Amino acid sequence: MAEHPAVAAHHQFDDLEQQLDASTLGMWVFLVTEIMFFGGLFTAYAVYRSAYPEAFAEGSHHLDLTLGGLNTVVLIGSSLTMALAVRCAQLGSNRGAANYMIATLILGLVFLVVKAFEYHHKYVEGLIPGPNFVFDSPHARHIELMFCFYFAMTGMHALHMVVGAGLLIYFILQARANRYSPEYYGPVEVMGLYWHFVDIVWIFLFPLLYLIGHR
Amino acid sequence: MIGFPLFPEQASTVAGSVDLMYFILTAITVFFSTLIFVLIFYFAVKYRRRRPDEIPPPMHGALRLELAWSILPLFIALSLFAGGTAIYFRNVAIPPGAMEIYVVGKQWMWKLQHPEGPREINELHVPIGQAVKLTMTSEDVIHSFYVPAFRVKMDVIPGRYTSLWFQPTKPGRYHLFCAEYCGTNHSAMKGWVHVMEQVDYNNWLGGGATGESMSQAGERLFNQLGCLTCHRATAPGRGPVLEGLYGSTVHLQSGETVVADEAYIRESILRPQARIVAGYRTQMPTFQGQISEEGLLQLIAYIKSLAPKERIDTAQ
Amino acid sequence: MSTVSEPIAGTKVHYLNADYGIKSWLLTTDHKRIALLYLAGITFFFFIGGAFAVLMRLELVTPQGDMMQPETYNKMFTMHGVMMIFFFLIPSIPAVLGNFLVPMMIGARDLAFPKINLLSWYIAMIGGAFTLYAVVAGGVDTGWTFYTPYSSTYSNTHVIATAVGVFISGFSSILTGLNFIVTIHKMRAPGMTWFRLPLFIWAHYATSIIQVLGTPVVAITILLVGLERGFNIGIFDPELGGDPILFQHLFWFYSHPAVYIMILPGMGVISELVTCFARKKIFGYAFVAGSSVAIAVLGFLVWGHHMFVSGQSVYSGMVFSVLSFLVAIPSAIKVFNWTATLYKGSIVYMTPMLYAFGFIGLFTIGGLTGLFLATLAVDVHVHDTYFVVAHFHYIMVGGAIMAYLGGIHYWWPKISGKLYPEGWARLSAGILFIGFNLTFFPQFILGYLGMPRRYHAYPEEFQVLNVMSSAGASILGVGYLIPMIYLVWSMRYGRPSPPNPWGSAGLEWKTPSPPPTFNFDKTPVITEDPYIYSHDEEVEVG
Repeated sequence: MAEHPAVAAHHQFDDLEQQLDASTLGMWVFLVTEIMFFGGLFTAYAVYRSAYPEAFAEGSHHLDLTLGGLNTVVLIGSSLTMALAVRCAQLGSNRGAANYMIATLILGLVFLVVKAFEYHHKYVEGLIPGPNFVFDSPHARHIELMFCFYFAMTGMHALHMVVGAGLLIYFILQARANRYSPEYYGPVEVMGLYWHFVDIVWIFLFPLLYLIGHR
Repeated sequence: MIGFPLFPEQASTVAGSVDLMYFILTAITVFFSTLIFVLIFYFAVKYRRRRPDEIPPPMHGALRLELAWSILPLFIALSLFAGGTAIYFRNVAIPPGAMEIYVVGKQWMWKLQHPEGPREINELHVPIGQAVKLTMTSEDVIHSFYVPAFRVKMDVIPGRYTSLWFQPTKPGRYHLFCAEYCGTNHSAMKGWVHVMEQVDYNNWLGGGATGESMSQAGERLFNQLGCLTCHRATAPGRGPVLEGLYGSTVHLQSGETVVADEAYIRESILRPQARIVAGYRTQMPTFQGQISEEGLLQLIAYIKSLAPKERIDTAQ
Repeated sequence: MSTVSEPIAGTKVHYLNADYGIKSWLLTTDHKRIALLYLAGITFFFFIGGAFAVLMRLELVTPQGDMMQPETYNKMFTMHGVMMIFFFLIPSIPAVLGNFLVPMMIGARDLAFPKINLLSWYIAMIGGAFTLYAVVAGGVDTGWTFYTPYSSTYSNTHVIATAVGVFISGFSSILTGLNFIVTIHKMRAPGMTWFRLPLFIWAHYATSIIQVLGTPVVAITILLVGLERGFNIGIFDPELGGDPILFQHLFWFYSHPAVYIMILPGMGVISELVTCFARKKIFGYAFVAGSSVAIAVLGFLVWGHHMFVSGQSVYSGMVFSVLSFLVAIPSAIKVFNWTATLYKGSIVYMTPMLYAFGFIGLFTIGGLTGLFLATLAVDVHVHDTYFVVAHFHYIMVGGAIMAYLGGIHYWWPKISGKLYPEGWARLSAGILFIGFNLTFFPQFILGYLGMPRRYHAYPEEFQVLNVMSSAGASILGVGYLIPMIYLVWSMRYGRPSPPNPWGSAGLEWKTPSPPPTFNFDKTPVITEDPYIYSHDEEVEVG
């Protein structure tokens, strides 16, 4: 179907409007599944945090608030550039869309690099759960549990970022090939929905992991 | 018991009520299944197609019928729920004064200990007519303690205590199964519950006793581990006084209160810092990994024995 | 579009002969071809899962456990459960019949996302490949429920490969559900209002909601078990203060609704069969449609009834118990409405109708025995015994598989363009019914006697009932092989089918058999309700 000219609807749709409607609804439904996916993790987190509040607070002190805060700003910035990319695509500016998506991609990569540094610090400090986990505290075991959550939750989030970065590269190439127009901009909009969702997940993760120890 | 049984033996005080519920449910199942089978068969024969071009008269649904077959099942379902729940609440409530037996499940055996001291593996001897409470935990994976003749079952979970109780009504030998899949020899993790007359039970106890009761063993462990250095009844020790602790309400440093049950005592031994008693400092070391599950149960039995008798009853 | 279905040299072009070659199948985006890919895939998994069941029943003929080692037996029931649930039952009706029929029944040319549809087949097969790898590499023995801490710490088998397989196949299920939801919302033909949708569509809509909401939760749960094994992320590890019971909550939050993923589409099939072979409009359309949605919603609120003896508080047990009882109401509504549809109908006993009768009867028994398990007092005794095994096989085999086979027979002329041999089909339907009851009815009695499930060896007094069950299983096995043989046979040698051999009122029958690639030459316009067989004035009943 990729051979179709940019403005023709796929064979199963009657027109482009129906196609855009369908793909937008599809992405929303997909985001619902993502909410349920992270929801399972957040539920488990909530159960344990209410069971071991001191341990979670103590563990939280060992997360790097500066880097976490920096990443939050970076991600919010990337959401802004993504929104601008969607706006450009709607107005038919492929060039603008491509540039803003490149900016989004760069910010996303900055986030991942910072995250990698944080993981490395944790490794050096012996905070990777498992036999090498060292922590001098009466709550050590529960803090290890807290770090299990830290890695599971931020790891899942980072994985979503990596997928998002891959998708961005594809859409950047499409925009550079002038595929989008005021009639046909759905894929960029749907990409934007996904990116904002991943951003929002971080907005929840940051306070739940980094800020709980700081009252 | 070899043969071709169709119905399990009833050997506990709760078995009758469970079976009553079962018979009611069976009657309802038979009634509705028969109704549906008969109706389908009757309609299928009576309204079979007689001509290839036959078109039956169309009809639309009838609200009154729909309501009838929604509300009637609802009524039946809620009645069954009420009956089943009432019986369940009565059946699980542990009566005061029940004899306590401690159970540790591990792959793939049951380890049981009587308060008087005798230990058993995959066998449990109990006197007839006496309520028996089991306090259970697991050393490894989840197991489930199941005696079909008593109609009782409860999962046995690592890291926490669960309990069940029964009161045998008939002497005999009954199957004990592990009902929660627990690995390779799950189906071999079974044994027998021997229900004996009180006299026989006393003889059995006398014959098999090690001479040391569970609380005595707990006391020995208590001294071995040096608990006495801090937890003294007389001198103002560094740790809280344990006499009369079991079943009492403890005020914690965090301002909360907690009832000192088995789970609390267990946690306080393994992770002393988790819930500290108001007025004490956090200096007790953790005993995690140093005491076996059985040792823990003995310590708990010892601490329980320090409580006045009536406390124990109210705590249950 | 119309060029595709023009006759060329006397033979009609349809979706099966529009293109040839392996590539035309493996890269197809036609929902009908993808349905056939699924049919091939899940039939393969069904027979693998079935082979494990046969071996288990052979072992259980004698009480001693003398045919295979206990670890082998444990792997058998685990692989049976994993294969049958994740790779056969969950995709069965939605991915085969749903894929084929959802677009045709709503008057669409295809699903909303044909490439995603193909992708979901590949994902299912990749997930299956991982699981098969686990089987070949030595198997897995955790039970399909993967309970922690056994699965995360103690088992020495290939848990990770299996978990990855199940995790991957979950995405297939999610994508199928997503595709159906969007298709049903956005792709309906003009005039196809919500209350003109066939009940098959309503059932699939309800199923899709469960797939979309539930599957991600089990995905993360299984993933966490894998992470715990592989990377010490010990979220359920009691050593760290983790809670193995939390795993059960998260697992059943999906896996109980998953039961409705298996049975709801079957209910949709039965509504189509009953109306067609009684030539009647469905009795109480709104109630049958609404009860599908009600089951989907209630299904999410009852997971705790799997945990009545896991030490959860008696009060939460009480809440889960009453909610579980409530699920009985929409199920009862369906059964009564199907039965009422037969009243004053014009009934023929073609094979699909025989399966429908079988379904209604067996589902009734399966559903009513569910009440035993919802009753707290009784569940304490029968939980994790053969009673439970019998109950859910009545729902899943007696219900879901009967409906699946009924549906396959009913739509076979549409799918293949050929008629299946009616005599053989009726015979095998009869064999299946008898074999099924002989296999699973004794298990109710075994369960109440107290025989725990997942037992490799058992006390001698249970032998007679176990032998009966094993005898039934061998009959059941034969019953499944016969349709497999004659359906394959009929693809080549069967008599060609007319477009509408059953005289059904369904929209899918208004196309040629087999249908052209884009289903309809012209987008149909719908002007009336489904299941209209007569335009006479409707009779008032009751």
